Amino acid sequence: MESKEKIIFTRPESLTDRITHYCPGCTHGVIHRLVAEALDNLGVREKALGVAPVGCSVLAYNYFNCDFLEAPHGRAPALATGFKRLRPDMIVFTYQGDGDLASIGMSEIIHSANRGEKFTTIFVNNAVYGMTGGQMAPTTLEGQITTTCPQGRNVAQTGQPIRMVELLAALVTPAYLERVAVHTPQHIIKAKRAIQKAFKYQMEARCFTLIEVLSTCPTNWGKTPEEAINWLEDDLIPYYPLGCKKDPESLERDDGAV
Amino acid sequence: MAKILMKGNEAIAEAAIKAGATNYFCYPITPQNEVAEYMSKRMPEIDGVFLQGESELAVANMLFGASSTGKRVFTTSSSPGISLMQEAISYMAGAQLPVVIVNIMRGGPGLGGILPAQSDYFQATKGGGHGDYRVLVLAPSTIQEAVDLMMLSFHLADKYRNPVMMIGDGMIGQMMESVEIPEKYTEPELPPKTWAATGARGRDPIIIKSLYLDPNLLEDNCSILEEKYDRMKKEEVRFELYKIAPKNKLLIIAYGTMARICQTAIDELEKEGISAGLFRPISLFPFPEDAIYKEVTKKNISDVLVIEMSTAQMCEDVERAAVGKKPITFFGRTGGIVPSPEEVMEQARKLTDKRKPKPGKKKA
Ligand SMILES: Cc1ncc(C[n+]2csc(CCOP(=O)(O)OP(=O)(O)O)c2C)c(N)n1
Ligand code: SF4
Repeated sequence: MESKEKIIFTRPESLTDRITHYCPGCTHGVIHRLVAEALDNLGVREKALGVAPVGCSVLAYNYFNCDFLEAPHGRAPALATGFKRLRPDMIVFTYQGDGDLASIGMSEIIHSANRGEKFTTIFVNNAVYGMTGGQMAPTTLEGQITTTCPQGRNVAQTGQPIRMVELLAALVTPAYLERVAVHTPQHIIKAKRAIQKAFKYQMEARCFTLIEVLSTCPTNWGKTPEEAINWLEDDLIPYYPLGCKKDPESLERDDGAV
Repeated sequence: MAKILMKGNEAIAEAAIKAGATNYFCYPITPQNEVAEYMSKRMPEIDGVFLQGESELAVANMLFGASSTGKRVFTTSSSPGISLMQEAISYMAGAQLPVVIVNIMRGGPGLGGILPAQSDYFQATKGGGHGDYRVLVLAPSTIQEAVDLMMLSFHLADKYRNPVMMIGDGMIGQMMESVEIPEKYTEPELPPKTWAATGARGRDPIIIKSLYLDPNLLEDNCSILEEKYDRMKKEEVRFELYKIAPKNKLLIIAYGTMARICQTAIDELEKEGISAGLFRPISLFPFPEDAIYKEVTKKNISDVLVIEMSTAQMCEDVERAAVGKKPITFFGRTGGIVPSPEEVMEQARKLTDKRKPKPGKKKA
């Protein structure tokens, strides 16, 4: 008798079958999957090159089933630039945290975006330094408690949290910049669409592409996975509005933000 | 190819192209800007890659990415810029990536000046960045040698999968001399670059990294590197001797253009009846320590004179090589001031005078 069961959910070919080291409730794993699904859907796994950051996702190369470089802290966009300039036929992406990209690697990301480098950056913003144990990041919210701002972030001394996609959108060079989140199934679907669009633009050699993904860090937020999802929704999203901030298709930005 | 008159920086650039390095990343800094200017003209002609990065920090990391493709890549800079590149150099050494870096040295520390110096010897030969690694360091003394060593650097970088640094004082970059650059660099065959990231088509993914969280695996990687450095010490020691003779009492040791000035001094000293020879290290890592020991311990040698455009940096390696067998005197100038042949001769005269028996005094 023929089985009626059909497999409708499998591991993307672009992911290995290793178990990740991410904490329970961490959304790094979801983001990995979305990137892998995009590579699968576009059929580019065999010509993809990822660049891992220094941060919790430093071992991303163990989970993606494609060639990978491991960059110094913050320098992934420089590595991606060097690689892609020599191999414009390959699909190159960096995967970076907010300490990596918005603090130590600020110069590299801005200049890569400004040169219009044809690679894709997956920017994982969890408002904290995860790997080193929960220190303040440039994206930490005002009043948010971390191990290096135990009284809560004092913006009079440390400045306001940096909105990266808005900052990059201010550059004149065309780019595709969108902020997404992965805390609900609906948001995950939108995030996947944005990531895939970024890779598509890269394949067409159109522009620099960066997707900022709001991500959870229950461990360093001192929250349960469920509380973390609520905090992302109630606190992070109001400060980091979701949506497309720049798109070569519509030079008019849809939310008016700069 | 016939000899042509060329500025050092431009000759270095053309030599790299002839060695197949048509991928160049840079950030402006005096006194090596002519390389970038030359490359920015030449790369579009031959479909190469020229990119001026936002900083030397970024440039060195661009080299990391570029070298991962398996193609030949290089950069040129000067002292403060090389300091900024140390992070990526350490990572590239750890990840075993071949890359060529040229340092046309200027005086430091700090912003220092823009005149010639040899004060980055420690930085080049003793690591520079963090971790247990070495870069292979070559030091030309003429423009022709800069051309030859530049091409060799790419071969050695590939042979050892390790960063190679060519260091020259500012004069090497700025001087004009007649040079011969071959149409194509001929070199011994190298194994295919199966380590390069070219896309995981029909093979497992290639990961280029320097991270090993397991201490045993990190030690394994360090051991692989150490074996390479040991092999370099056996196979890549390079040096040149000038007027080495049994009648010499004095051995002068100098590298780069400083060695040429010492040659002039030696020729002049000869006319005064002072016979001295020159030992010129060409590879600074590996340092020619056995050969220096051999020359220093020769019976006829009573003094060793080390001359540098720095405050006795290479001199420490000479002392290490000579293991106290003969007295070593150091003379150097800093700040971009180049010791003149007369200054070198003065040092030599002092040493030979010291050894002359004093008139009227009988030996006990
Ligand atoms: C030059 C350098 N400075 C500091 C560190 C230590 N370090 C490792 S990860 C990290 C921060 C990572 O935070 P983030 O980028 O936000 O990523 P997350 O861990 O949150 O995913 C730091 C500071 C380092 N590895 N290298
Ligand atoms: S520390 Fe935070 S970012 Fe890192 S794995 Fe754990 S939850 Fe994820």
